[in-house]
Amino acid sequence: MVNNHIVPNGPKPKSIFTARNIMLYGTLFVVAIYYILPLYVMIVTSLKGMPEIRLGNIFAPPLEVTFQPWVKAWSTACTGLNCDGLSRGFWNSVQILIPSVVLSIIIASVNGYALVNWKFKGSEVFFAVLLFGAFIPYQVMIYPIVILLREMGLMGSLWGLVLVHTVFGMPILTLLFRNYFSSVPEELFKAARIDGAGFWGIYFRIMLPMAVPIFVVAMILQVTGIWNDFLFGVIYTKPDIYPMTVQLNNIVNSVQGVKEYNVNMAATLLTGLVPLVLYFVSGKLFVRGIAAGAVKG
Amino acid sequence: MSSVLIKDLTLKYDHLTILDKLNMDIAEGEFLVLLGASGCGKSTLLNCIAGLLDISEGEIHINGENVTWAEPSERGIGMVFQSYALYPQMTVEGNLTFGLKNAKVPKQEIVKRVAKVAEILQIESLLKRKPAALSGGQRQRVAIGRALVREVKVFLFDEPLSNLDAKLRADLRIELKLLHKRLKSTIIYVTHDQVEAMTLADRIAVMKNGVVQQLDTPNGIFHRPINRFVADFIGSPSMNFFEGELVAGDSITFSTKDLVFNVSNYEFINTGAVSCKASLGIRPEAVLTGEHIPENFFRCEISVELVEPMGSDTLVWTKLGGENFRFRMDGKASVKTGDKLTIGFDPSSSSMFNAETEDRI
Repeated sequence: MVNNHIVPNGPKPKSIFTARNIMLYGTLFVVAIYYILPLYVMIVTSLKGMPEIRLGNIFAPPLEVTFQPWVKAWSTACTGLNCDGLSRGFWNSVQILIPSVVLSIIIASVNGYALVNWKFKGSEVFFAVLLFGAFIPYQVMIYPIVILLREMGLMGSLWGLVLVHTVFGMPILTLLFRNYFSSVPEELFKAARIDGAGFWGIYFRIMLPMAVPIFVVAMILQVTGIWNDFLFGVIYTKPDIYPMTVQLNNIVNSVQGVKEYNVNMAATLLTGLVPLVLYFVSGKLFVRGIAAGAVKG
Repeated sequence: MSSVLIKDLTLKYDHLTILDKLNMDIAEGEFLVLLGASGCGKSTLLNCIAGLLDISEGEIHINGENVTWAEPSERGIGMVFQSYALYPQMTVEGNLTFGLKNAKVPKQEIVKRVAKVAEILQIESLLKRKPAALSGGQRQRVAIGRALVREVKVFLFDEPLSNLDAKLRADLRIELKLLHKRLKSTIIYVTHDQVEAMTLADRIAVMKNGVVQQLDTPNGIFHRPINRFVADFIGSPSMNFFEGELVAGDSITFSTKDLVFNVSNYEFINTGAVSCKASLGIRPEAVLTGEHIPENFFRCEISVELVEPMGSDTLVWTKLGGENFRFRMDGKASVKTGDKLTIGFDPSSSSMFNAETEDRI
């Protein structure tokens, strides 16, 4: 009876179960389930033993958790004559990935910078031709590239594949860097020229430090693209140096013996891990980089 | 000796002529303002002088040296930009020293110069900060500092105050003028702001469509505009014009439909008075009211249509000879719409232009 005179303060609490909320969260929930369920099945299956899998209940959690399939997928699963699992493919992929990503980003960033700040006669045409490359289906160029690589003596080598990845990354990466650098005020470039910095001086001292977010974006695009590549890997290399994706395919699609679903699931998860980790680590920078350039300055 | 000499400078993009055969001779220690509406080529000209744009024809000499094809950094110039253009990832000190390090100036010399410039511009306390942590005025000081540390004889300013608010702009304007007095260096300054041009310049070059219309002292530009464009462009509010006929006889007169002005004492250039169609321009500031009007002035009675009080003075709009006519009165004068006033001005100290060529006569 003491609190009789206190008038409620602040806005009235709103009901949670409005029609709008039910629609909104209902949709989100369904979509989330749609994407999470397969992942759940994969993880659960990869932790089961084969006898348990044969029971056929794919949604049931494992009765007995075992990491044996993971170990097998990584180190002893057989593809053809090699029985050292995905580990070989992993290291191959790393060896392909690092030079491809580094090379393509370095070249594309210099391209973008030069196209914006050091315009030359025909630079617009050059850029248009380069962009055109982004619209041609890869499949069209497979055979010509086979011939090119053969003539260069790079067919079936790691460096051949690195070259292919670098070249195919060029259109979209150059576009990305060009757009970013063209959002940098031109006067900054002029000021640096008056301060006596040259082409590389301006690139390294002025432009590069300002472009960190876009470098992260380019890196994520390239790492996921190259890591997930299957087509080029299977065509331009040979079995010893197959990237992880090709190796994964060979494990999953091998026809001899029993299909080991748990090993296949573990192998697939292992292959997808690298891009996933990258997203989690650099997600924030990624968003910032995508948004950068939208607002000038 | 001339500090900056421009000979027949022409800039073309394909078939479009941006700058057309410009000639300019800027003396040592002179403060030259390039004034014009946007798109007139004033900033382009500055970029050409700086070496940031390659010119199509002509020559540029700075400090007696032909620098037409020299790199911007080798021309002995410092430049300040409208957007400050400070390197965002460097501290103020880094911004000031970037050019010196590129030029391989010895370390002690760099320290000495930075200290000196920081003292002149009073930015000592800001040296360790990044540009993002500075206000607009501070940023522009740093940008000026970056030009000063180069210790060159010619400074180029590209609308340096346009991004600042009105009060700060006025303050920095004074500072720039004092700085110029102190350094005695040549300054070429681009602006579209008449007040800046009038207050700062030793000489003003009024530009239009890539051509210098008039290159003269602020006074000359204001009182003896060389053509109708300059007359109209300079002055706020702009000049009042009457279209009519110049008749050179026993006494020289200028007559419109309704009005006749005696312009016998007008100072004609070169040719003297020749009868032709012409326009006569009266500055709003040249008009007197009330009892102070001298005998030889043109005088008439008008009725006030609109009053714009501006504090220090009052702008009065009226009709004269069928044309809109505005003039300035003392800010304390109490006039209101509908009032009858006697006004007068001296047609002989006006500006007259040939109606066809629009040149001064």
